[in-house]
Amino acid sequence: MEILMSVTVGVLFMVGVYMILTKSILRVVMGLMLMSHGAHLLLLVMSGLKEGGPPLLGEDLTYYSDPLPQALILTAIVISFGVTSFILVLAYRTYKVHKTDDLDKLRGTADE
Amino acid sequence: MNSLVIMPVLLPFLIGTILIFFAKKHQIQRVISGITMSALLIISVVLAVVVYQEGIQVSELGSWEAPFGIIFVADMFATMMVVLSGIVGFSCLFFAYKTITPVREKYYFYPFYFFLLTGVNGAFLTGDLFNLFVFFEVMLLASYILIVHGNSAYQLRESFKYVAINIFASIFFIVGVAYIYAATGTLNFAHLAERIAEMEQTGVLNVIAILLLLVFAMKGALFPLYFWLPRSYYGPPAAIAALFGGLLTKVGIYAIIRTFTLIFNHDPTFTHNIILALAGFTMLFGVLGAVSQFDFKRILSYHIISQVGYMVMGLGLFTPLAIAGAIYYIAHHIIVKAALFLFAGAAQKVTGETDLKKMGGLLKTHPWMAWLFFISAISLAGIPPLSGFFSKFPLILSGFEEGRYVIVTVALIVGLLTLFSMMKIFMYAFWGEQKHTEEQAKIPVRSVLLPIAPLVALTIILGFGAEPIFSYSMEIAEELLEPSVYIQSVLKE
Repeated sequence: MEILMSVTVGVLFMVGVYMILTKSILRVVMGLMLMSHGAHLLLLVMSGLKEGGPPLLGEDLTYYSDPLPQALILTAIVISFGVTSFILVLAYRTYKVHKTDDLDKLRGTADE
Repeated sequence: MNSLVIMPVLLPFLIGTILIFFAKKHQIQRVISGITMSALLIISVVLAVVVYQEGIQVSELGSWEAPFGIIFVADMFATMMVVLSGIVGFSCLFFAYKTITPVREKYYFYPFYFFLLTGVNGAFLTGDLFNLFVFFEVMLLASYILIVHGNSAYQLRESFKYVAINIFASIFFIVGVAYIYAATGTLNFAHLAERIAEMEQTGVLNVIAILLLLVFAMKGALFPLYFWLPRSYYGPPAAIAALFGGLLTKVGIYAIIRTFTLIFNHDPTFTHNIILALAGFTMLFGVLGAVSQFDFKRILSYHIISQVGYMVMGLGLFTPLAIAGAIYYIAHHIIVKAALFLFAGAAQKVTGETDLKKMGGLLKTHPWMAWLFFISAISLAGIPPLSGFFSKFPLILSGFEEGRYVIVTVALIVGLLTLFSMMKIFMYAFWGEQKHTEEQAKIPVRSVLLPIAPLVALTIILGFGAEPIFSYSMEIAEELLEPSVYIQSVLKE
């Protein structure tokens, strides 16, 4: 299972990087979103995937799940949700003001 | 539980939330934020004094003991940074009263100002890696909003790049956290330091160290990841640019110094040599950028980059004297850089320009502004009686002691070029023919200069009172190089 998830993380990062390297603003935002999903998944996978133990350390339990990564990933997801909604608005406003979503044209001139 | 430690984080957060409700009434906002900022400054000074006298203070939230609970740790380094953020926050806020437009005030300038300080103070005081990430994000989200505040076409364009690069860095921060949790099974700084000392820092751990260095370098604008800084700091008004220029990049530098003195300090021939090389390139490219520019704010932005290099150079040399120098440099830089950005704002208020070629003759019409600027400028360049000299001197001295002549040469050349570009600003903007109109010449600047004056006074005090302040940074450096004290006060073994 861990191998499969690691491959998934790799694919998410790969697609994300590809999207970031394109010229369209929206694609860059999408790429960042995919990469942050990949990072969150990585956080979960890195702590090891367990098969259905409760996150409690009792006396008669032989195995248990680590609750910490799940708390971390939840926080990270909430943060990336907030940031993503902000960058989407920002991208939209930039598009409205500059009338283009081509990052080449948003480079800015050298003499300003 | 020691609640004084979390006050610098809690207070701005609480007041920032309250200020949202008074968004349309700018007089009330000003009163509340002024009182809060003064209280914050006082609290942070009290905290620094308590930590200096009684040693490291730890606050365990909900009484969950480290390494399991969320903890805040105030050691001397962290409290010094909190005091500096208080000082700069104070000056910039009062400067903002005089220069920020009422429209900006209405659209939540003050709440986000305090949320930014929440994030900055939290990042200084936190005791574990994941909370460092969280406070970085708090700080960055507030900074995204402040940097695009005002919505000009230039700001929108450059802010998009700023936001994108920071999200990218944050993603790698999470990746770093994931790897380090997989390798060690903990995220608490003190616990990490202990585990990594047991495991020996080789292979995987070095990779993680460099990954985290990369993340913090992106936030702290080190070579080759500084390209976002000059353009995005050009956009916002001076009060915000000063706060960013003074504080934000230094949070990245603080994180680098914290992790590489406490956690990844076992393989300095590998990690710290990389840091030293980065420092050299950062200084050189930053100052070359500054020399090539002809705009007040842009020159200052490029100088942030070159001076971040000095601080990291102190860490790279990794001797008590060098680290003390780096710490002194951070204090000096935060104060002087904020002051210089505010002068850029004051000059812009008079002439309406930041392009040096369209400015001139400010010395004749506004002599106070000119001479106060002159003091800060030569302090930045490192002329003896001022703070810039006493912060560069230990760095260069320990560079010689360690036999690192290349980096010392680079540092000296960069100092010279800094002087050159500061004089360029002085000659173009303040000397020469008067290029602003007679009406502009009558614009009073006293009320704008008043919030900057304490910063200029501080750089003079830091220079003339170098002895006690340097011994304070020496104590901080010794504390940083002796991580067992930190570990013991957190884990209580």
